[in-house]
Amino acid sequence: MRRLLAILIATSMTLAAANTVEIFSWWAGDEGPALEALIEVFEAEYPGVTVDNATVTGGAGVVARAVLRTRMLGGNPPDSFQVHAGDELILSWVVANRMEDLTFLFEEEGWLDVFPQDLIDLISTPEGIWSVPVNIHRSNIMWYVPANLEAWGVEAPQTWDAFLEVCPAIQAEGVTPLALGEAWTQLHLWESVALGVLGPDRYAQLWTGELPFNDPAAVAVWERFGEVLDCTNADAAGLSWQQATDMVVDGDAAFNIMGDWAAGYMATTLQLEPGVGFGWAPSPETAGVFMVLSDSFGLPVGAPNREQAINWLRVSGSLAGQDAFNPLKGSIAPRTDSDMSLYNAYLQSAAADFASDRQVGSLAHGTVGSDPFRDNFYLALDIFLDSRNAQAAANAAFAVAQQYGLGR
Amino acid sequence: MRRLTRDRLTAILMLLPSLVVLGIFVYGFIGQTAYVSLTNWGRDPAQALALRPELAFVGFENYTRLFSGFLETRFRQDLINLFFFTVFFLVGTLGLGLLLAILLDQNVTGEGFFRTIFLFPFALSFIVTGTVWRWMLQPRGGVNLLPTYVGLPAGEFEWLTTRQQVWRFDWSQIPAMTSLLVAAVLLLLAWRAWRGGRHLRAAVMGGLAALLAAWSFTLGQSVALLPFPETRGFNLALIGIILAAVWQMSGYTMALYLASLRGIPEELREAARVDGAGEYQIYRFVVFPLLGPITLSAMIILGHISLKIFDLIFAMTGPDLATTSVPAVLMYLRAFRGNQFADGAAIAMVLLVLVATIIIPYLWISLRGEVRR
Repeated sequence: MRRLLAILIATSMTLAAANTVEIFSWWAGDEGPALEALIEVFEAEYPGVTVDNATVTGGAGVVARAVLRTRMLGGNPPDSFQVHAGDELILSWVVANRMEDLTFLFEEEGWLDVFPQDLIDLISTPEGIWSVPVNIHRSNIMWYVPANLEAWGVEAPQTWDAFLEVCPAIQAEGVTPLALGEAWTQLHLWESVALGVLGPDRYAQLWTGELPFNDPAAVAVWERFGEVLDCTNADAAGLSWQQATDMVVDGDAAFNIMGDWAAGYMATTLQLEPGVGFGWAPSPETAGVFMVLSDSFGLPVGAPNREQAINWLRVSGSLAGQDAFNPLKGSIAPRTDSDMSLYNAYLQSAAADFASDRQVGSLAHGTVGSDPFRDNFYLALDIFLDSRNAQAAANAAFAVAQQYGLGR
Repeated sequence: MRRLTRDRLTAILMLLPSLVVLGIFVYGFIGQTAYVSLTNWGRDPAQALALRPELAFVGFENYTRLFSGFLETRFRQDLINLFFFTVFFLVGTLGLGLLLAILLDQNVTGEGFFRTIFLFPFALSFIVTGTVWRWMLQPRGGVNLLPTYVGLPAGEFEWLTTRQQVWRFDWSQIPAMTSLLVAAVLLLLAWRAWRGGRHLRAAVMGGLAALLAAWSFTLGQSVALLPFPETRGFNLALIGIILAAVWQMSGYTMALYLASLRGIPEELREAARVDGAGEYQIYRFVVFPLLGPITLSAMIILGHISLKIFDLIFAMTGPDLATTSVPAVLMYLRAFRGNQFADGAAIAMVLLVLVATIIIPYLWISLRGEVRR
């Protein structure tokens, strides 16, 4: 009797194991419904397979990435996990031999033709293709409320000079010209300023090492960044990105530079109509450039349910999966053949820009710069906030690049 | 050699599982952390997150870099933050706890009610406390709005986000300041020894104090811990964190003190009253001296909580606000965000040493006391 029971338990456990797939991500809260939609597509396609949705919330994935590291180091990988396409994927996981090459999947599914080549380059090394991108976000966007700007007699500035010119006028209205949040949003602002000041070519050279961080051109970025900071709210460090966005929506601030998940937040959570309730423009001096970041799912070596994990990736890269996920997430699909009628006005404009603009990578969101580099780059930011000394911050950034390496 | 009785055997068997578990999960992992802190784990991206990373032994390089590297200014500021946080946290909780305990000891009506209220914050986790206080200390809301209820202008202080720093000093002055502090303590001891009639001991201590003080004003001034000047100080943003921590833990010290106050026999106070002591004198000469041991215990318990503080700060200001950061937060970021596991382990060992300097003398004294009994 007891032996029979043991056999029963053992078989039921193996059965359960074969029919579940564990997906690790930091998509909960506002972003939860998008992931749920993707899971629904998967479950419709593979009935009988249960998705174990292992989300770890908090702080733009800071906590989730810590949990992921302990699991991976402990030899207990999830079946598939969320990772930013680019250096975060390549320099943390691929170089350490923790990912499986997915070239076969790209060939089987014909993805080499439907994903843009620039994006495939981000997730590839000469040895293979390492993850499946599920969305595209744009980092360099300036948000505002058109009606408020009209009331204050201000237009969305095209250049930083223009912004600094209107800044005192906006402050005179008792309004913060540029809403800012906690540390990572400051890094986010820095990269938009850097892209504007340096232009796409020289900005890209920062990440290849051709333009050293202590070059006068890079020092000028910090100087401009300091001028911009003078137009931000003093309590920035205590605010989340949503609170910074709220300042713009509530009329306490004129502009906010944030990735286009802010559009999702304003359209879905705050129920504002894109183009009417909120407006957008590329951050100053970055028109025609698309600072890209992309979430992707990879296949770790030793995934317990490899077969189902591959099926999950198949759905994540499929047209049906991406068009279910992205309209809810507030991002565009990386696939070039997605059905744009499903997307709102903002996302349609983003997709048009994505197709035509020059693309560069985001530092704050893992597209460029290794994890150790980014972690320590906050030091340069902190030195600057303390001293407002552009040269000192540039020197610190240079030293960080020397010590931790830049990127690929 | 005592005989291995059945009783003794049972005792050993009963203790064995917990000893084994402790040995592996506490001391084994301390050992592993110590080893990792002497390696280069994380330097080479190909090894950092490998399933079986190949580590190279680098000696104390990570520690040297932490204490003298150009890029490790945050670690050094974190240590200073930790020092100020610990000092104010201890003073605040002990002071407030004692005050509440003395007030409750005056046979007030509804004592049980107040006791529960004061003790309640202790039942919360630091995450909850941190979230609540984060909201209350928002510059545009919370406590800054309190004055407006009585018609005053709203407070302007940016509780958690100010970058103001006071009591600034150069990092290289730390040895001189430390030796001056030790000299002051020695002088105090010397004075007490003199009053107690032990003149030789007093003279030796006084001499040592003079020597240390002389060193800190002469040679101590030219000590250079860093090849560059580096100004450190007390970040005012920490005040908010200290407030929250004191709020949470002072109820606990109140409970400790209240128990201790109740343990003082009424006869002692009455005897003092018979001798003509006033209420203040009773506290000064009878009650406070008897609270000495419980104060020491409370300091040990609070001291190690304070040195390990992480969750409160993580909840209140997040991981990246360097002005309120402490080494435990930096350790987490280094290891789990920056993949620098060796650096993280080195910071962990520094914290272990700090906690050990508090705990080990305490354990030693209390164990010695037990043996004597």
